[in-house]
Parts: sequence; structure tokens; C-alpha cells
Amino acid sequence: MPKLIFDEARTGRTNGAQLPPPAPEADDIPQSLRRGERPHWPEVSELQVVRHYTRLSQLNFSIDTHVYPLGSCTMKHNPRACNALAMLPGFLERHPLAPPEAGQGFLHCMHELQEILAEVTGMKGVSLAPAAGAQGELAGVTMIRAYHDARGDTGRGEILVPDAAHGTNPASAAMAGYRAREIPTDDDGDVDLDALREAVGPQTAGIMLTNPSTLGVFERHIKEIADIVHEAGGLLYYDGANLNAILGKVRPGDMGFDVIHLNLHKTFSTPHGGGGPGAGPVGVAEELLPYLPIPMVDQEGDRYVWRTESDCPHSIGRLTAFAGNAGVLLRAYVYIRMLGREGMVRVGEYSTLNSNYMMARLREAGFELAYPARRASHEFIVTLKKEHDRHGVSAMDFAKRLLDYGFHSPTMYFPLLVPECLLIEPTETESKEDIDALVEAFVAVRDEAANEPEKLRTAPHTLPLTRLDEVRAARDLHLRWSPADSSVREDTETA
Amino acid sequence: MPFIPHTEADVGEMLAAIGVEDIEGLFDEIAPGLRCGELSGVPAGLPEMEVTRLMESRAADEGRPLCFLGAGAYPHHIPQAVWQLVTRGEFYSAYTPYQAEASQGTLQVTYEFQSMIAGLTGMEVANASLYDGGSALAEAVLMAVRGNRKSRSKRVLMPRAVHPHYRACTEAIVRNQGLELVEVPFDADTGVTPAKAVAEAAGDEAVAAVVVPQPNFFGRLEDAAALTKQAHEIGAQVIAVVNPTSLALLEPPGEWGGEGADIVVGEGQPLGVPMSAGGPFFGFLCTRRNLARQMPGRVVGRTRDTEGRVGYVMTLRAREQDIRRSKATSNICTNQGLVVTAATIYMALMGPEGLDRVAKHCHANARALRDALAAIDGVQAAWDGPCFHEFVLRLDGVGAADVLGRLAGEHILGGLALEPYYPELGNALLVCATELHDEERRQRFADAMKNALAAA
Repeated sequence: MPKLIFDEARTGRTNGAQLPPPAPEADDIPQSLRRGERPHWPEVSELQVVRHYTRLSQLNFSIDTHVYPLGSCTMKHNPRACNALAMLPGFLERHPLAPPEAGQGFLHCMHELQEILAEVTGMKGVSLAPAAGAQGELAGVTMIRAYHDARGDTGRGEILVPDAAHGTNPASAAMAGYRAREIPTDDDGDVDLDALREAVGPQTAGIMLTNPSTLGVFERHIKEIADIVHEAGGLLYYDGANLNAILGKVRPGDMGFDVIHLNLHKTFSTPHGGGGPGAGPVGVAEELLPYLPIPMVDQEGDRYVWRTESDCPHSIGRLTAFAGNAGVLLRAYVYIRMLGREGMVRVGEYSTLNSNYMMARLREAGFELAYPARRASHEFIVTLKKEHDRHGVSAMDFAKRLLDYGFHSPTMYFPLLVPECLLIEPTETESKEDIDALVEAFVAVRDEAANEPEKLRTAPHTLPLTRLDEVRAARDLHLRWSPADSSVREDTETA
Repeated sequence: MPFIPHTEADVGEMLAAIGVEDIEGLFDEIAPGLRCGELSGVPAGLPEMEVTRLMESRAADEGRPLCFLGAGAYPHHIPQAVWQLVTRGEFYSAYTPYQAEASQGTLQVTYEFQSMIAGLTGMEVANASLYDGGSALAEAVLMAVRGNRKSRSKRVLMPRAVHPHYRACTEAIVRNQGLELVEVPFDADTGVTPAKAVAEAAGDEAVAAVVVPQPNFFGRLEDAAALTKQAHEIGAQVIAVVNPTSLALLEPPGEWGGEGADIVVGEGQPLGVPMSAGGPFFGFLCTRRNLARQMPGRVVGRTRDTEGRVGYVMTLRAREQDIRRSKATSNICTNQGLVVTAATIYMALMGPEGLDRVAKHCHANARALRDALAAIDGVQAAWDGPCFHEFVLRLDGVGAADVLGRLAGEHILGGLALEPYYPELGNALLVCATELHDEERRQRFADAMKNALAAA
């Protein structure tokens, strides 16, 4: 493991070429407002920086280096053109408050992106403002509240959420001031309709659903669900986490959803970046158009303009200081223009093909599927309960051992209702031979579980570190380096 | 097929393994009535060459004007190494470090980031970032109210001198949580927030937190120590909103008034992130150690592996939405990982000496620009007294929007017209300068300003 950058530093070392020349003193700032000691930042050369961060990068598994079948995250290829073209100087240098007259290129792209996203989701209008899926959810649920409030319908304090939902759903509902109420799933992975009928009422503001669901199956009763919730006066919220599976095949608007968010870093291939930035545009049906978050882009004749507070008095407002993660939106736009309408349909088709193929291969190899009677969406769930009971290995052990075979692990222990589960999403950009290799690794690890279970329990074995102690990290909180650390060699070097 | 590697033979074998005739057969659980037709509103696909031409022409439309507009996003020099390293595929195409052993790169970078930003703000701990400065302020307000066990107050004092979009954003995000945001006026004669205005806004009711901007939206330096003492005196926590570049020169909020701020947030964009039409940026959030468990968002901590070697993991996970669900400290799921990687590399390259020089050049250039512009007939500096790299001008006669339009004709973004946000300031302009704005560029601006006023 590389040292911390702080431990590579030497006092007085600077980067002459990258730094501005020595500067005049800020002598008009009163002493009482001035900083005393300089911050403890590393003093290192450009070469040290380049080497250090290059080496750190090499410690990551990534799509570029490994198959990354992380369910619910859509780890598909990130085309290089998307990055290069979003980073053209004209875009990078655009100030967020630059007036439309200063340049139309960016606004032109954003307007087309709004229109295209509305078309592929079947919604009336789209705002690109939310900075990530979770912020899109907060925006969506806040719009649901604004809609009910505007009608004087203020007694609706509850949002329904299936028990298999992403944790962001109940957390977003709570942030918008709602109670989240869980709805159970039936044995085939669909929402339990009887439970839903019992749960809805005058307190129901809406329901948040992912379709295909987080269980890796298409919710077959979506029309009935829409009718039940709508008849109770509630609205339908679509979590776009799994749109990849049905892109170009089924549109949320046609399923009866009133509000949606999209995760552009999933379906539209913007980079995951080690955990962000994402982008979470929201779309709405006609009745909710006035509440969309600002800013938005509109067209007036042949020019593009911003729509802000004065144009949208009923908007739920701003979610970030400026226009959300604009550079991420540009990457999605480039991806969409390369895909085109025919390419979008293929995303849904081939992601579903890859997932069903891998599911069939694993079934044939004796793995237990969570929903064996169902078609897979773009992802599916394997449960390792049998292996756990027989050999005392957990889904976590299995996942860690897969790392030794050169594969990032699938999502573990989600959804929460399937025991010892792995949620597997190959995505459309993986080839048959890579999926075959992943299947072989699954089989090999399963065989090891039977013959040498300890090998799984102590995995990984081939990475620079063995299994890390998460309990210790939370108990002895150590969230930053401080100068005292470097005097204790043992703290920063291999013990 | 774009981005799909399958040959016809592959597809045939895969379908046979599944036991369906064609790909369409995989969608047989979806009611036929739900299926959509061709997406006629989406243009046909274009090869990379065509899309490149299209985007180059759109980017050229932007014209790359000389930018003196700040107001929360600032043009700075970014060393080439920063984004060359950030866009390495191993950073760019990795995800949240759920498998810590296979993500030590991202995790160590984040730990280094937390260390550098906590050091810069003079605070004990930092999280791994939030979406941007505006939403970070909203999260800080929620955090302060959550952590305020004593008075249980849900009132937060928000100076009018805080960035108007940060205030709007906070309002939008906390709206449905029963919080009260009370505006604190600034002194029209000085452009800063008097400590007594905080006491007056508080009145007799308990207050959970007071927001203190440094510098404030007008670039003016607040008496942060006095505001901090005043806030603590009324039992409120202090939420500092700071510009990271300024902290090379200004007292870190962790030391304000001796006691220090309780929560510090800000916009990280000046640390190596291009303005890029508004994002992606990142918000930073730092706090005291005893409030660490109240923080929203991702946090990376140090631990050891089974052999006793040091490594890094995501920690304090029990606060987060995927575990705590509706009881989480925030619904936030991502951080701005890639942008934080850029900031970390920027901070390492600049070092304490580099940031100090950048800040001093920003400050000196802004002073020189203010003097040059205020020397023009019909232009005055709104206030005396120290600023950090941004200042307000009052214009006589000609409307600010008009002047900005004329300057735009000369490929200069001359600042922000303040009237829509602060009608009480009248015909005023907010202007910024950074280390990029050397004498030649300042002169170009001053000449264009002269012409713009003369032509009106």
C-alpha cells in the first residue's frame, strides 16, 4: 500500500511551474481576520503527485479494468467520447450565471436533452436540476406534496414504499416530511395487491416504485397498482434506477407514473467516478409541470433561455446553487446522440439478454435463484442460503473470493428480504465470453465453498490487503491524518 | 451496434441457453398494451465523428469570454495534471467503494481529502463531500437542528448576505421539515452583518444555529469572531459558509472567536474544478469530532486488515439511507467522488505555499481592479473596507444590465447585476478577480467599461 501523500512530503518543496509567482501581501486585511498557521497540506513535487495518485488509481477495481456486475448500479462501459466532448474548453469555461447571449451551445444541448428524456420516459416535462438520484427523489416527493397542497388536500401524510425498495426511497420521503409505510412483496416478487388495497386511503400521498423492481423482475400488476393508488387520490412515483432494462420498450409515463427520476450514471452511461457525481433529472405528467425544480431551459423562437424563479412561481425551487451537475448532463447528451432511438431499444434488449443468459447458466450450474419462475430483467438474484447452511460461508465471503478471480462482486445483501443474496447485473456492454468467464468463476468459488470453505472466509488473498475490519473503523473513529500521525511510523506504514 | 459487442452467433447461442426464440421473448411478462412504439422524438444515432463535429460547434458557440463574473463559481488556473489523473479509467469508471479491498484507491484519496479540507478549515473531521455548496448549507442546517438537543429549537438565523441561491436552495430542501429560517439583515453602510442584528433577529426565542458567511456574498469580510461569540452566547451553533481559497489568508472557522464554528460548509469548486456551466462541483462539510455521528453523507475512516495493515473503509454507515432508511441523517447516497479526487490532487499540487500565492494574487488583483473601475466616471465602490476577491460597484445613470450587455459584446462577462437579488442596493454590480486577471486583462475590462458607459 502506498503511504499517505502527507508522508511523502518535505518541508519547503514546491511546484514552481504550476504555482503563480510570489505574491504581494494582503496587507489591508486586519490582523484579527488573518490566518495564523498554514494548513497542514503536503509539500510534494508534481512527479510525486502524479506517481502517488496513479498508484492509488491502480488499487481500484473499475469498469475499465474489471467486469463489474454490481446489481442496481448499471456498471456499463463509459464511452470516451462522452468525457472528451463534455470537456471541450467552451463548455468548461462557461460560467453558471453567464447570460444566454454569452453562448447558446450549452443551453441548446440541455434543451434537447430535456426533450429526449421526456420522450423516452413518456413524461410531459423534464427538469435536469437534481444533482443525483436521491436528490431527484427528494424533488419528486416534494412535487407530490406541492400538488396535493395546491389542491388544499393537506391530510395526506404517508408515502407507500415496497419492502424491497432502495433505502433512498423511505429516506427521501422522510426528508419531504412524509411517513414511509412499507408494502410487502408476494412470493413471485410482485407487490402484494391485497396488502396495497388495505394500505391505501385518504392518508396516502403516493407510492414510490421501481419497475423492474429491485428483485430483478418486472412488476406485472403495474396497471392495477396505478389504479388502486390513483383511486385513493395518491400519485405514482417512479424510481428510475432500473430503467436500463426497459429502455425503448416500456415508458414509465405509459405505465401510469406521475413523477419520475432518472439516474444518468446508470442508464445513460455517465461515469460513476468512485461514487459520484451522478445526475438525477426528474420528469412529470401534465398536472405537475408547474412544480418542476429550477433552473430549466426553454426555447423562445430560435434561442434558448433559462427558466428561473420569476418564470416558475410554483416551482419547488433550487436544489443546488446552479444548474445541477451540468458536465454530467453533457456526457449523457453525447451518449444519447451516439445511441440514437434504435440504440436505446438495444440497451433494453441486450441488457435483458445478458442477464437472462447468465441466470440460465447459473441455474444450470446448480445455483439457487430467488425467483426461478420469473424472467430476469437486466439483473437477477442468486441466494446462497444453501451454501451458507451447508458450508458456513456467507454471501460476503463469496463476494470477497470473487475479487481474487478478478471480478468485482455483485451487490450483496440487497434487497434485504432475500437471505444471503447477490444481485447480479452484467449490463449490455459485456460480451458473452466475459459473462462465461464470470459464470466459471462463480462455479469455481462454489466448489471451493464445499471443499475449502476457509478460503472464502479469509478472502481476499490476492489483493494488497486482506479483509478490512469495519467494526474497528466505526469504533475507533479515525477520519483524518494529523501531523502527529506521521511521528508514529507504525500508524502509516505496514504494521 | 454502438457499445454492444454481441455477434449474431453469440445471440443465437445465448437465446438457445435461455430457451427462447428471440430477444422479444424475454419481454413476455410485460403486458402488450404497455409497450411503446418507436421513439420518434429521439434523433437517429450518429457515429462518434459526427457527434464530435456537433459538440465542437456547440462548444465554439460558447465563445470563451473573459470572465469577471464570480458569485459562487470562480475561474482559476487548474494544473494539467489534475484532470489527466482524475480521468484515468480506474478513478473515472469505479463506483462507490462497497468492496473496500478492491477500492483502496478511491478510499485513500477520500481519506486524504477529508484530512486536507479539515486542515484547511481548522476543524476536527470532514465528510467525503456533498453535491455543492448550496445543498451542503441545507444539509448543515438540518444537521444543526438534529444535533441541537438542548433547546430543541428549529429556528435558524440566515443572514441576507449569504449567497441568494444558497438561501433559496436551503429553503427548498428543508421546507417540509418544520424549520424556520429567519433572515438577518446586513448594514447597508458597510455591507456586513452586525452582531447586534443577530441578537435582534433571535429575539427572546431559542435558536438552533446561526449561519455566518465569510467572505459574504458581496465579497466583504464579516467580523466572524464577533458573530460566533454572539451566536454561542444565545446558545446557537455556528454554521460557517466559507470560500476555500480565502482560507489561505483568513482565520479558519475552527478558530473563530476562540471557540470556533460548529459546522463548516462551502463550495469546493475553486479547488481545481472547472466552472463547467454550474457543475459538477462539490460541497464540503466539516465539524467537531463529537458531532461526527450527526454528519450527513459518506465518511471514510482508517482501519486495519486481518494482518494488521492500515487500510480505509466507509464508516459510520449506520447513519446512511441504505441501512437506516427513513431514519437516516440524509437521503444522500453518492458523494461527488470524481470531483473530490480532482480537489485532492489540486490541493496536493498546490501545497500550502501554492494556495497562499493564489489567494494573495486573487486579493491583489481584485483590489487593483476595484481601484481601476472606481476611477471611471459614474462608477463607485459600494463600500470601503476589506474584501476577498469580489466587490460591489454602484453605477450612476446607466443600468447594470445594460452595461453587462455592452461588455458581453466585447466578449467580457463583467459581473452580476445585483438588482434582481438585492433591490435595496439599486443599480449595483458584483465583480470578481482571481489570479487569472493580470494587469493586461484588467485593463481590457476597464477600457471596455469606459466605452460601455460612454456609449450609453
